[in-house]
Amino acid sequence: MTNVWIICRKELKSYFASPIAYLLMAFFALIFGFGFFTATRDFVRFGFMAQMQGRNMPMNVNEQVIRPLLGFASTVALFLIPMITMRLFAEEKKTGTIELLMTSPIYDWEIILGKWLGALLLYMCVLGMSAINIALLFAFGKPDWKPILIGYLGLILQGGTLLAIGAFISTTTKNQIIAGGVTFFVCLLLWLLSWFTAYDSTGYASVVNYLSIVTHFEGFAKGVLDSKDVIFYISMIFFALFMTSRSMESLRWRA
Amino acid sequence: MIKVQGLTKRYARTVAVDNISFEVEKGQIVGFLGPNGAGKTTTMRVLTCFLPPTAGTATVAGFDVLENPHEVKKHIGYLPETPPLYPEMEVSEYLTFVGRLKGISTADIGRRVAEVTERCAVGDVRSKLIGKLSKGYRQRVGLAQAIIHNPDVLVLDEPTAGLDPKQIIETRELIKHLAGDHTIILSTHILPEVEHSCQRVVIINKGKLVATDSVENLTNRLRGAEAVALEVASSNGPLDPAMVQQRLEQVAGVSRVLPREMKEGRLAFEVESLQGSHIRADLARAVVNAGWNLNELRTVGLSLEDIFLQLTGAEKNPAPATQHPEPKEA
Repeated sequence: MTNVWIICRKELKSYFASPIAYLLMAFFALIFGFGFFTATRDFVRFGFMAQMQGRNMPMNVNEQVIRPLLGFASTVALFLIPMITMRLFAEEKKTGTIELLMTSPIYDWEIILGKWLGALLLYMCVLGMSAINIALLFAFGKPDWKPILIGYLGLILQGGTLLAIGAFISTTTKNQIIAGGVTFFVCLLLWLLSWFTAYDSTGYASVVNYLSIVTHFEGFAKGVLDSKDVIFYISMIFFALFMTSRSMESLRWRA
Repeated sequence: MIKVQGLTKRYARTVAVDNISFEVEKGQIVGFLGPNGAGKTTTMRVLTCFLPPTAGTATVAGFDVLENPHEVKKHIGYLPETPPLYPEMEVSEYLTFVGRLKGISTADIGRRVAEVTERCAVGDVRSKLIGKLSKGYRQRVGLAQAIIHNPDVLVLDEPTAGLDPKQIIETRELIKHLAGDHTIILSTHILPEVEHSCQRVVIINKGKLVATDSVENLTNRLRGAEAVALEVASSNGPLDPAMVQQRLEQVAGVSRVLPREMKEGRLAFEVESLQGSHIRADLARAVVNAGWNLNELRTVGLSLEDIFLQLTGAEKNPAPATQHPEPKEA
């Protein structure tokens, strides 16, 4: 486990030694801030309208501001994840430092887990930028904090899945651009899967729908912690990391 | 310390290493000599457990590379051809990272990093970014990285490639100093390198083992034979190359005569002697007695190619007597 932590810390250091970490955080803060601004503005307008019409409309910050914002964040994350994972293995393969890792007395799974954890921690830092906005809601309102926590857990699980897939793709090439591009395409595809089958209820459609990353997030966004969704994400993470370790092993045989 | 038996590594289409066997004793420096593409790097990668062998076995410090790679890795320090450096790290930060990877505890890491930075003379760039270092410093940081966990075996892949002459000498000295504590395998395609630093040589070519011998034996074998470049001209009229060649071949101790270049009545040859015979004086006499002019006579060192040919006993394609084509007038 020490080795996992050594690798993880090294990954985090490389992220923060280059502009990529700050760029991602700034980019996400900007976009999320924009989403936050729109969501709260609409919420306030809606409140005024309800008052002026003299009708007593049910107003709920969690339902009307936070839930759509979490969904928004999960979509934005799809675009950020390729930028986090593309360098994970591709860069080391290109510069030859993978030879150092693979000839050190540590196991492949320790390398993979360390790298994935590093990426996940960076992703959490990026997500953390949204906490500024959420804190504002707590300053001016009384949202329920439990669904928010569950929502963030969902974001982390969804991100962890896509990061694991990205890590796998990064082991297959020396070229970071290709790794990033393919990861982006796969993320997009997993997201779009739920669109293809929106009005379809055949058995095949339900399988495709099940595989869509986004459908499993909806429950989390509502603040519902469903073990079915948690298991989906965790098993996907395991599967993708397993594929990564297979791919790394094949490096040795092909290299 | 290192035992390689029948090692073969096949890639999809090519055989990189073909049935190589050799042994290295503890504390020795062994030079791995061969032209580019001979299979040096592949052999080293098998020894360091980066690549698994297709056939055969290799053991390092008593552990098999296939069965017990984890133990082998603990006993090996490896410097690949391009040092595996992270440009965004500082030197001491990088060495700490590698040391921790190699299993040095947090308590000892500071001391070890201080030791190797001093030993490899990288102390003055300790807190510089690796990306900003010169090639020579990078190579030394790479070397420091390889010895940080005080391994029994050091595998160095072309440690002096791309360095300037001063750095080459420094690196050689450093490697010599490391011997004794460590068993060292270093690869190179430069012959003097082996003479300077190694006690034993393993020569491979096209994936096959050509010779394993001590450096002394090898150099004796090479010093015995002599190669002489010779240019003959005639004072009157053109010379018949075949006749000159025949005359030169008759000189005692000449093993063969290779025509090199023929132009405007001047004939150049390369003459190789048998082991232990000195032929220069006899050659000069033979040329002068025949009434020709001796334009040039100098010893040429045997090139690596010649050594391979000598050792493998392969016949060199006689260089065609290149007649410089007369510029054709249109």
